[in-house]
Amino acid sequence: MTPTRRSFLKAGTGGAIVSLLGFDLRSAYAQSRDLKISRTTETRSTCPYCSVSCGVIIHTLGDKAKNVTAQVVHVEGDPDHPINRGTLCPKGSSLQQDIVNPRRLLKPQVRRPGSDHWEDISWEMAFDEIAHKVKKTRDDTFIETDDKGRTVNRCEGIAWNGGCTDTNEFNYLVVKTMRSLGVCYLENQARV
Amino acid sequence: MSSGNLRVQKISGHAGPVAGEGTQRQEQVCKLIDTTTCIGCKACEVACMEWNDLPFGETVFDNTYQTMPETRWNYWNLIKFNEHPREDGSMQWLMRKDQCMHCADPGCLAACPADNAIVQYQNGIVDFQQEYCIGCQYCVTGCPFNIPKFNPQTKKMFKCTLCTDRVSQGLEPACIKACPTGCLHFGTKDDMKELAGARAQQLREHSGYANAGVYDPVGVGGTSVIYVLHDITNPEAYGGLPSDPRVPWAVRIWKQPLKWLGNLAMIGGLIGVTMHYLRFGPKKVKDDE
Amino acid sequence: MTNGWIDIKNTDMMLIIGGNPAENHPCGFKWPIEAKRQRNAKMIVVDPRFTRTAATADLFVQIRAGADIAFLGGMIRYAVENNRVAKDYLIHYTNAAFVVQEGFKLPEDGLFSGFDAAKGTYDRSSWSYEGVDRPGGLAYDLALENPRSVYQLLKQQYSRYTPEMVERITGIPKEQFLKAADLFTSIRKDGDMKKVATILYAVGFTHHSSATQTIRTAAILQLLLGNVGRAGGGVNALRGHSNIQGATDMAGVFDILPGYLKMPNPADTDFKAYLERITPKVAKPGPWESYNYWSNTNKFAVSLLKAMYGDAAKKENDWAFHYLPKIDRNYSWTEIWDGMYAGHVKGLLAFGMNGVAIGPNAQKNINALKKADWLVVCEIYPDETSEFWKSPGITTEEMKQINTTVYRLPGAGFAEKDGTFVNSARWLQWKSAALPLPGMAKLDQEILARIFLKVRELYKKEGGKFPDPVLNASWSYTDPHNPSLSEIAREINGRALADVTDPKLNQTIKAGQQLPGFAWLRDDGSTMSGNWLYCGSWTEAGAMMQRRGTEDPSGLGIYPNWGWSWPSNRRVLYNRASCDPAGVPWDPDRKQIWWNEAQQKWVGPDVPDFKADSPPKDHMGPFIMNYEGVGRLFVPLAGLADGPFPEHYEPAESPVANPLHPGQSTNPIAKKFHSDMDKLGTVAEGYNIVCTTYRLTEHYHYWTKNNPMNVQLMPEPFVELPAELADDLGLRGGEHIKVTSARGHYIAKAMVTRRIKPMTIDGKKVYQIGIPIHWGYRGIAEDEGKTALTPANMLSPAVTDPNAYTPEFKGFLVKVEKV
Repeated sequence: MTPTRRSFLKAGTGGAIVSLLGFDLRSAYAQSRDLKISRTTETRSTCPYCSVSCGVIIHTLGDKAKNVTAQVVHVEGDPDHPINRGTLCPKGSSLQQDIVNPRRLLKPQVRRPGSDHWEDISWEMAFDEIAHKVKKTRDDTFIETDDKGRTVNRCEGIAWNGGCTDTNEFNYLVVKTMRSLGVCYLENQARV
Repeated sequence: MSSGNLRVQKISGHAGPVAGEGTQRQEQVCKLIDTTTCIGCKACEVACMEWNDLPFGETVFDNTYQTMPETRWNYWNLIKFNEHPREDGSMQWLMRKDQCMHCADPGCLAACPADNAIVQYQNGIVDFQQEYCIGCQYCVTGCPFNIPKFNPQTKKMFKCTLCTDRVSQGLEPACIKACPTGCLHFGTKDDMKELAGARAQQLREHSGYANAGVYDPVGVGGTSVIYVLHDITNPEAYGGLPSDPRVPWAVRIWKQPLKWLGNLAMIGGLIGVTMHYLRFGPKKVKDDE
Repeated sequence: MTNGWIDIKNTDMMLIIGGNPAENHPCGFKWPIEAKRQRNAKMIVVDPRFTRTAATADLFVQIRAGADIAFLGGMIRYAVENNRVAKDYLIHYTNAAFVVQEGFKLPEDGLFSGFDAAKGTYDRSSWSYEGVDRPGGLAYDLALENPRSVYQLLKQQYSRYTPEMVERITGIPKEQFLKAADLFTSIRKDGDMKKVATILYAVGFTHHSSATQTIRTAAILQLLLGNVGRAGGGVNALRGHSNIQGATDMAGVFDILPGYLKMPNPADTDFKAYLERITPKVAKPGPWESYNYWSNTNKFAVSLLKAMYGDAAKKENDWAFHYLPKIDRNYSWTEIWDGMYAGHVKGLLAFGMNGVAIGPNAQKNINALKKADWLVVCEIYPDETSEFWKSPGITTEEMKQINTTVYRLPGAGFAEKDGTFVNSARWLQWKSAALPLPGMAKLDQEILARIFLKVRELYKKEGGKFPDPVLNASWSYTDPHNPSLSEIAREINGRALADVTDPKLNQTIKAGQQLPGFAWLRDDGSTMSGNWLYCGSWTEAGAMMQRRGTEDPSGLGIYPNWGWSWPSNRRVLYNRASCDPAGVPWDPDRKQIWWNEAQQKWVGPDVPDFKADSPPKDHMGPFIMNYEGVGRLFVPLAGLADGPFPEHYEPAESPVANPLHPGQSTNPIAKKFHSDMDKLGTVAEGYNIVCTTYRLTEHYHYWTKNNPMNVQLMPEPFVELPAELADDLGLRGGEHIKVTSARGHYIAKAMVTRRIKPMTIDGKKVYQIGIPIHWGYRGIAEDEGKTALTPANMLSPAVTDPNAYTPEFKGFLVKVEKV
C-alpha cells in the first residue's frame, strides 16, 4: 500500500510517541503530493511564440490510443533543447492555457452582408461559397497583359495575409496556390 | 503513483520529540536567486501557477510592471520591481523574486500552535500541511518576510512548497526549471553558497558592484533561498527585503513554554497509560475483532 | 541572424540596439547573460526606454526613437578616427579598397547623386564601381588612399557624424556617446583581432522609414571591426515570431519566390530574360576570386517551377514560367490596405494574421475592410479583423451598410499541428502534433487545400480566366484534401526526377530519391525542389530537421546534429571570415573552420560557408552571395533604393528638422500614402511628443490577451511616460491618458516612470512616450469592459521604408492629455 499524505502524518505523530519509547524511526517521512506528470505521454513540440523556438514537452493524459481523448495537463521546457535547455518564458510557461482555452473558435461562422451577427455555417457550404467568391473575384480582376501588351497574368483583386505561426510547409502551399491564382498582394507577418 | 518521501525534521505545535530532530541525513536543498541577472520576465510566476494548478485572481494596473503588490494565498512567487536611482544619476531597475525563504529556523513553524500544520523536512523545505491548519494566522506573526497568506474561503494558510512533489522525485522546483536567464539555480545549500559567492566576487571585480554580496540571513539560521544582490548593504531597495530578519522575540518566548508544556502533557499522558497498564494489564483483543 | 542564439555566449562585447531581447526573447537572452557570466563580456543597451534588457546592461544609453543611424554613424566615425578597425579584414574581405566611379556624390545636402525630384526616386547608375566592364576587373587601392575608394568615401560620409552632431540628433549627451563608442570599439584596440563583438537588433531597427539603412549601418560597423563571420560576432536580427524567418525564406512576401528568388517582372518576356535579369554577374578586382553563388539561380528556378507545376513545367513552355504573375510595382502590406480602401482589392484571405490590430493606421484598415466584398479569416480566437464590422463606434445602422461577407474558420493551434518552424538562427525544427483538433476546427492545410481544390473544380467545370496554373499546380499528395506536411516537407527539399550524376564525386542520385543538397540541383528539369535553401533538410537519410543530437564537440554551441540550419547546416554565415587571409583562425580559442593544407580543403566543427576546396592563395571572397565576393561597405547600383551609404533622415513625423540637412529632413523616397485616411502631423499642429510602440514580455502580440494567466500578469493597456511629462500634465500613475496622433487616438492608464527621461534634441526639449500594443477590442480584458477598446495602431502612420516596405511603427508624433 502506498501511504497517503494524510495517513503518513498520523503515523508521523504516532512515530514520535513510539520513538520516545525506543521504537524505530522508519515512518517519519512525509509523503509529498503526487507528481502530476508521472503517467503522462510526452510530445516534443516547439513553442509557437517568439523566434527563439524553444523546445517544449506537452504532457497529455492517456497514451494516444484511438479510444482516448488526450488532455493536456502540463507544458514544460525540453531540457535536451540546446537553446532553451528546459527553460521557458512567461508565455511559454502558460502554453497549457493556450491549448485548453474556452475562447477557442470551434465552428465555422459567417457574417452576411449588412448583418449584425455571426451565423453558423457548415464546412462544406463555407468551402463552396468561398471558392465561388475566389473564382469570381479572380475572373473579374485578372489581368493577362499590361498596357504595353506584355504577359503579366496577375490577379490584383485578391490578397493573402499569412500569419507568423504558419509552418514552412503551409507557407509553401500558400505560394503554390496563391501564385497560381495570380495573387500579387501576398504578404505575411514577416513584413511588419 | 509517486513514492516521494521527505523526512521530517521539525513539526509545528507538536508535543514531544520529532523523529528526525537533530539528525541531518539528507542534503539541504537551496534556491539561488541572482538578482543581477533577473530580467523580471515572470516565467517563475507562471511556472509556479501552472505547476501548482493555482486558480487565477484579479489584478489591477498599479503604475508598475509588478503583477501585484505582494504574494497571495494563491500566488506564491512574485517578482518585485523597483526603480532605484543611483548616485551618479543613472538608474537601476531592481527585480527580485519574492517567495518563502524556507528558513533554517522558521518563525512560522515556531509560531504555529497547530500540531503538524507546518513541518520542516530534513532537506530544509518548510511546508504547510493544510489538513492541520487551524487558520489562526500566527505564522504571519512569526514570519519576518511576510510570506504566509490566508485563504478566507477555506480558512487555511498557503505559501510556496518549494515544489516538494518535484523535489522528492529528483526534479528541480518549477520556477527554477523555467527561469530563462539562469538567474535561478537549484542544488545543495553548500553548492549554491559557493556559486553565489563566486558570482558576487565576479560582480565586485568585473562589473563595478563593489558591494555585491550574498544574502543568507543568520537571524533566521540561514535560508534555503539565498540571493546575490548588487548591493548587500541595501537589501531594502529590492522591494523591502529585510536587512536583518529575525523571528520575533515574542514568538520565541511564548512558544518555548508552550512546547515544554506540551511535552509535559504528553509525558503525563504516557504516565497515565503506564499506570493504566500496571493496574489493568494488557488489553485483550476479542476473537471476533 | 548571421550567427545564432547559443553563439552569443562566445562574444566579448554586445551592442543591443533596436531590440529588447530580455523582454521579447527571454530564453534566447540566456546566452548574452552566459557571455557576461562566463567571459565577463560587456553589454551596451541603446533604447528609447530603460527596458528589462537595460536592467542587466553594463551601460545603458537612452536614444530618441528613429535616430539609430546617427548613433551608429557616429560609432563608425569613432572607430575610423581612433584606428579601431580590422585592417586586414577590411582590405581583403570588404569592398573598402574598391574605387567608386566618378560622378558619385555623397549626401551633404541630403541627396545622393541621381535624385529625380519629379519621380521621387534615384537614378542609381552613378552608384557604381570603377572598372565594372574592364577586362582587368574592378579598380582598387589596397592602401585605401584613393579619394574615391570606398574607405575614403565612407570616412568622408561619416566625418559629419561628430559626437556633437550625434548628440543633437539622438539626444545622447556627448560624454555618454563617447563612453559607449569607446567601450564597443575597445575590442579592436591596438589592432588586436582576437576579441569579437556582436550587434543584436529586432524591430526597433526595422519599424522606421529608414529601416534597411539602419541595419546597414550596423553591418558596416561590424565589417569595419572585422566581426562578421566569427563566433560571437555578426549582425543578428533577433526577429519576432516563431516562423517569421521561415515565412521569409518561403516567400510569404510579395516580392520574392521561395529561396529569395526575385519575382518575375513584365519585362521578363520569357524565362531566359528573367534569368538574365536576376542572375548576378561577377564583378571583382582581377586577381581575386568570387564564388558568386547566385550564378546557380537557373538551377534553383527550374527546380522550383518543377516542384510547383510538375509535368506541366516543360522546357518547351519555359518551365511554365508564365504561370507566375509578373509584377512591376509594390504590393506590400500597407499597399494591400490602401488598395482595398481604394476599392480594387475585393477579397482577402487572412490566415492567422490580425491585420486590423497589426496596423499601421488601424482605422484605415477597418474602413478598407468595409469596402471589400469578402473576407476569409482562419483563426483560433475571435480577433479584431474578423469583427471589424462591429468595431467600436460602428452603429447598428452603419452595420447594415457594410456589405462584406466574412467567413471565420476555426484553425489549428500549434499543439494540434506538425510541421517546421525556422527560428532566427535559421534552424529548421520539426514539431509533432500532441493533440486532436478541438470542436470542428480543421488543420490550416486542409482548409487551404479544400478551398483551392474547389476553385480548381470550378475552373474545370466552368472555365474562366487563364485556368492553366490553377489546373496544373502539382498536387500529388496522398490525401489531396488534407496534404500531410511531411510529404510537403519532402517536396520542399526536392528529389531527382531522373538519375542525376555528379562526375566529380562519381555519385548518382536515382530518380525518385531525395536530394542531399542544393549542389545537386539542375536546370534541365531532372530535379525539383520547392526551396533550394532547404535542400538538404529532408534527404534519403531522413528528416534532418527532426534530429535531436545533443553533442557539441567544439564547445562553441554549434550542435551540428540538432535540427538543421540553412544553408547546408552552416551555423555561422560567412565563416570563412573567421580566419585570416591565410586561412588561420583569428582566435585560436574559437576555431570554427580553417584551411587544411594537407587535405586541401576547409575543415572544422562548422560547415564551411564557402567553396570547400578554394585555397587561401586564390583569394576568394568570404561573402559568396555577393557577386564581388566581399562585404559591402558601399552598396552598388540596384542594391538599395535610398543610397549606397546609410544617411540619417528624420522619421516622417519628427519634432525637429534634420540637423544634418534641414532642407532634406526625411527620407526622400520613403513611401507615403495620400488617401483621406493618411494624415501626417506636425509640431506646429501640436503633435510634439515622440511616440514608440513595443511588446511586453508578458504578452504575445494580439494572442495572449485570450489567456487568463497572461492577462493576470499584465491586465490592462497602459502608456509609459516620463515623470516630468506627467508633472506637466498633472497626471498620476494609474490615471487615464489620451494619446492623439493625426490619425486617431488611444486611451489607457498612465505608467509614470523615471525609466524614460526627457531629452534634448537639437537644443529642444523633447518627451518620448511608449505604448505596448497588445490590446484591441476582443480579448479577456476587452470583453470584460476594462479597456477603452482602441488598438494602439490607431495612432501609427502608414509610411514605409523604401527597401523593405516596413511601416514606421516607432518614432511618430502625438499629443497627450489627461482624461
